[in-house]
Amino acid sequence: MPFENLPDLVPVLPEIFLALVIMSLLMFGVFQRGGRAETDVNTFRVISWMAVVTLIVTPLLVLSLAGSTLIGFGGLFISDPFSVFCKILVLIGSAGSLVMARNFLEEHDMARFEYPVLVVFATLGMLMMISANDLISLYMGLEMQSLSLYVIAAFRRDDTRSTEAGLKYFVLGAVASGMFLYGASLIYGFAGTTNFTILEQVLQRDTQDEYGQSLGIIFGIVFILSALAFKVSAVPFHMWTPDVYEGAPTPVTALFAIAPKIAALALFMRVMVGPFGDLISEWRQIIIFISVGSMLLGALAAINQRNIKRMMAYSSISHVGFALMGLAVGHDSGIRAILVYLTIYLFMNIGTFACILAMRRGGVMVEAIDELAGLGKTHPLMAAAMTVFMFSMAGIPPLAGFFGKLYIFLSVIQAELYLLAVIGVLTSVVGSFYYLRVIRLMYFEDPDEPLDRPVSREISLIATLAGLVTVLFFLYPDFLVLSAATASSALFLN
Amino acid sequence: MTDILVVLLPLFGALLAGSLVFFSPKDDIESHKVDIIAQWITCIGMFLSLAAALIVFVDVALEGNERTTELFTWIESGTLEVSWALKSDTLTAVMMILVTGVSSMVHIYSIGYMHHDSSIPRFMCYLSLFTFFMLMLVTADNLIQLFFGWEGVGLASYLLIGFWYNKPSANSAAIKAFLVNRVGDFGFALGIFAVFMLFDSVHLDTIFAAVTEKKEATLLIFGSEFHALTITCLLLFIGAMGKSAQLGLHTWLPDAMEGPTPVSALIHAATMVTAGVFMVARLSPLFEFSDVALTVVTIVGATTAIFAATVGCVQNDIKRVIAYSTCSQLGYMFFACGVSAYSAGIFHLMTHGFFKALLFLGAGSVIHAMSDEQDMRRMGGIWKMVPATYILMWIGSLALAGIWPFAGFYSKDIILEAAYAAGTGPGNYAFWLGIAAAFLTAFYSWRLLIMTFHGTSRADEKTMAHVHESPKVMIIPLLLLAIGAVFAGYLGYEMFVGHETAEFWGNAIFILETHKALENAHDVPSWVKWLPLIIGLAGIGLAYVFYMFKPDIPGQIAKAFQGIYQFLLNKWYFDEIYNYLFVRPSFALGRGFWNVVDGWIIDGLGPDGISSLVRRTAIWISALQSGYLYHYAFVMLIGLVLMITGYLFKYIG
Repeated sequence: MPFENLPDLVPVLPEIFLALVIMSLLMFGVFQRGGRAETDVNTFRVISWMAVVTLIVTPLLVLSLAGSTLIGFGGLFISDPFSVFCKILVLIGSAGSLVMARNFLEEHDMARFEYPVLVVFATLGMLMMISANDLISLYMGLEMQSLSLYVIAAFRRDDTRSTEAGLKYFVLGAVASGMFLYGASLIYGFAGTTNFTILEQVLQRDTQDEYGQSLGIIFGIVFILSALAFKVSAVPFHMWTPDVYEGAPTPVTALFAIAPKIAALALFMRVMVGPFGDLISEWRQIIIFISVGSMLLGALAAINQRNIKRMMAYSSISHVGFALMGLAVGHDSGIRAILVYLTIYLFMNIGTFACILAMRRGGVMVEAIDELAGLGKTHPLMAAAMTVFMFSMAGIPPLAGFFGKLYIFLSVIQAELYLLAVIGVLTSVVGSFYYLRVIRLMYFEDPDEPLDRPVSREISLIATLAGLVTVLFFLYPDFLVLSAATASSALFLN
Repeated sequence: MTDILVVLLPLFGALLAGSLVFFSPKDDIESHKVDIIAQWITCIGMFLSLAAALIVFVDVALEGNERTTELFTWIESGTLEVSWALKSDTLTAVMMILVTGVSSMVHIYSIGYMHHDSSIPRFMCYLSLFTFFMLMLVTADNLIQLFFGWEGVGLASYLLIGFWYNKPSANSAAIKAFLVNRVGDFGFALGIFAVFMLFDSVHLDTIFAAVTEKKEATLLIFGSEFHALTITCLLLFIGAMGKSAQLGLHTWLPDAMEGPTPVSALIHAATMVTAGVFMVARLSPLFEFSDVALTVVTIVGATTAIFAATVGCVQNDIKRVIAYSTCSQLGYMFFACGVSAYSAGIFHLMTHGFFKALLFLGAGSVIHAMSDEQDMRRMGGIWKMVPATYILMWIGSLALAGIWPFAGFYSKDIILEAAYAAGTGPGNYAFWLGIAAAFLTAFYSWRLLIMTFHGTSRADEKTMAHVHESPKVMIIPLLLLAIGAVFAGYLGYEMFVGHETAEFWGNAIFILETHKALENAHDVPSWVKWLPLIIGLAGIGLAYVFYMFKPDIPGQIAKAFQGIYQFLLNKWYFDEIYNYLFVRPSFALGRGFWNVVDGWIIDGLGPDGISSLVRRTAIWISALQSGYLYHYAFVMLIGLVLMITGYLFKYIG
């Protein structure tokens, strides 16, 4: 039978669809190239909207796979409720950031069709990361994502800060990739396989062994863990984050802060509780260490920032620290809490970046936090939205951000990691300082010169939607919590 | 029903007038309208309340229909059950008449006196609010409600003393009044606790019914047994001392004169300060069973009477003289209660309410005429210019000095006779001090009259040119009060302390069989009956000699007895001693807590310390973010190496 292996491809359908569409869009763009600025912008618009539509259609394909666990590509690829959940988050994040980007790119003379194409390629990489069931396919997805992201970080190629951001991200990313590959080869060397399913069995047998696991496996895990910590920008592998966030064009920063974070954390969870799940007593202290480090640094370093994108970089570091607390728990409840947290994080961040993208004066982006002074008087609606997001990030009830933190803390306390919970709460208190400072600026300071208005329609729409989700989440949290529970239990099936 | 009206009408008046404060008028005409509305609302409320009080008085005191109107349950917790209820007996009815009567007069008077003030609605609101609380106090049928009224009048007093809140002296006087009363209230509250502990109830009738069972009960305090009722009564009396400005807790009353004069007349002469006397009379069934407590009441009262009278003789502020006189008269009322002549005390309370309000409002009229001058040394020679005020002040002074046939004569005489008739050591002490105080009272009253109205004027010409008789709206209330000051004694004598006493008071006052001071008071030797009048006339005569005929004598005496003069002028140095003993140590303690405990320890280690630590750390961390690629890579590798090393040590090392 020539189609003997065809069922093997079913779990990969969304990715295949995405790959085909994006390559057609690339072709379309290439052959449209006229050299005239006006045509370029038109091509960009068409491809941009097509890409958005694609990103909106793909979740439907992903959802068609929901409810079952399928393994494809001879064990390299897995689709389970967990991957479905995370993929939908990533797709929403990418689509959102792409919608917000259009206006900015056109106004800043960067409206080139490669941008949406690269974003979708990166998204494809993220989907593959989430579904990876083997260290090799994992690496492939990771690199596909990273290479696209390196390029779009430097997308404003005539701007030194943007190119510097791209270069820094690329070099340090390469270091992280090196660490990952070294760790993967150690694992392969000591365990004899790169497949997660088999690794899990091998390591399970290994723990029952009276000698315990060999140091080589542990070292391998530490290396892989470091590389993943780099991708989620956890301390001490976070150094690139503020510089890249600040230097990259704002829509790119928005994307960085949302989609790749979710994908990398999903990957992190799958690797740590999947193949290495039985070694939790070994890696838990590292996770606690980087989680505490991230929370502390995220809370403290943001205080001193003047640039709002840099502040958001530290904010995302501290959010990652919170999410990693759930990973330190290791159980079902911890993973569920992370998934809830990530979903809420997604909406808060899309909303916040929508507001940041609306900070323009004379058509040019302004980035200093002080520019928000008096926003409550000049742009009351935008200020209200920003207030919602800042309060939510600070974890003030009844906004969504509060529930995100609540579930994390609940799981941490159930796991009896009291010290971790206390540190989490304390850093959350320190962190609220800089969120509240934004609110203070908006309402209690006088404006110098009002920001531009009106705000573009796409951005208002996204800010409104994200704001509604953030405000109204408390009315019906069950849907999210139950889906997250289904997704997380999939990781603990075998 | 009428009882409820009496109490609630002033409250409605206060609420309506108070809500006018939130109305911001556009111009002067409009704000004048608002003022008039506030005055009408509160005055109508007060007069209706007075009318209702008269009905209650006829019904309860004259017809003898004592009753309690239960409104609704307030607190229900375990065995503690407290209701809002209005108890109407003769004692309450008398107080109701006095409170609503004087308050109505003061309301009317205030229309004229506060004419130039910019916040009239607020003032009228406070006055009515005070009246409500005072009525709540006198109608209480349980100790908690009594305490509610007690604290309420304290609050109103605080608000009214500090009514001119941009005057620092008024603010500090208000705070002083509140704080000194706190001391008394603490005792009062402890007394209520003790009552509840002893009787398991705070309901007055329940307590009175159970008091004979508990008369031998003891309380264990700090390991020794004490007679429970004595402790309870003494604690309650501390409360009374605070509210009624008795020796030791009297220091706030003269300072309270910082408030507007109508306030001094209403609160700090006629009504609120008598709440202590009322409370002792109301709780007569308790006090009767503790001879120690009665002795303390007698001695404190008598000492206050003489103390305040001596100080009153050397004061120069017209209102302060009257304030000390109030203090002294309250002393009379207390020692009357102390010798179990409660009805005599209440009798004096009532007559004093009329003539003291008259004196205060008269003084207000003088101050008004003299362009807000209060110092008697800068008055004089104005009696022809303010004839009505002059005559009214004479009436008030005659009543205060106890000259026949004015009201004070009847009430003061019966008190002194009762003290003599008690035939006990404390009784005699009170009698002789009371006689001495009566002499001084007459002396300082005429000193006040002569210095204010006679002689050559010591005011500047501008003030003198302005001197004018007060408007009718101020004089008419004075006339009405003067009628009270003239006739209240004669009319009330038989009912309050004479032959109709038993029917009149009903069950409101309880006196043990063995305490016969009041009964015997009518049979004292005739020199005891004549002595107060003679000594009063002597006091008046001396004042004439000192201040009219030989005006240089006072100066010479003051020089000759410099020590005593200074001692009196400085009010026996009470304020200085308290300042040294309590105020300054409190300030030092407060400053210590503020600087050391709060500033260094709590702020330093807490908010300030942590925030500065966070700030410094934030700066330090930002400095780490150098921007150099190789630094970043280095940090990553260091992190990795640390982790690896950790495991190396764990497994190998």
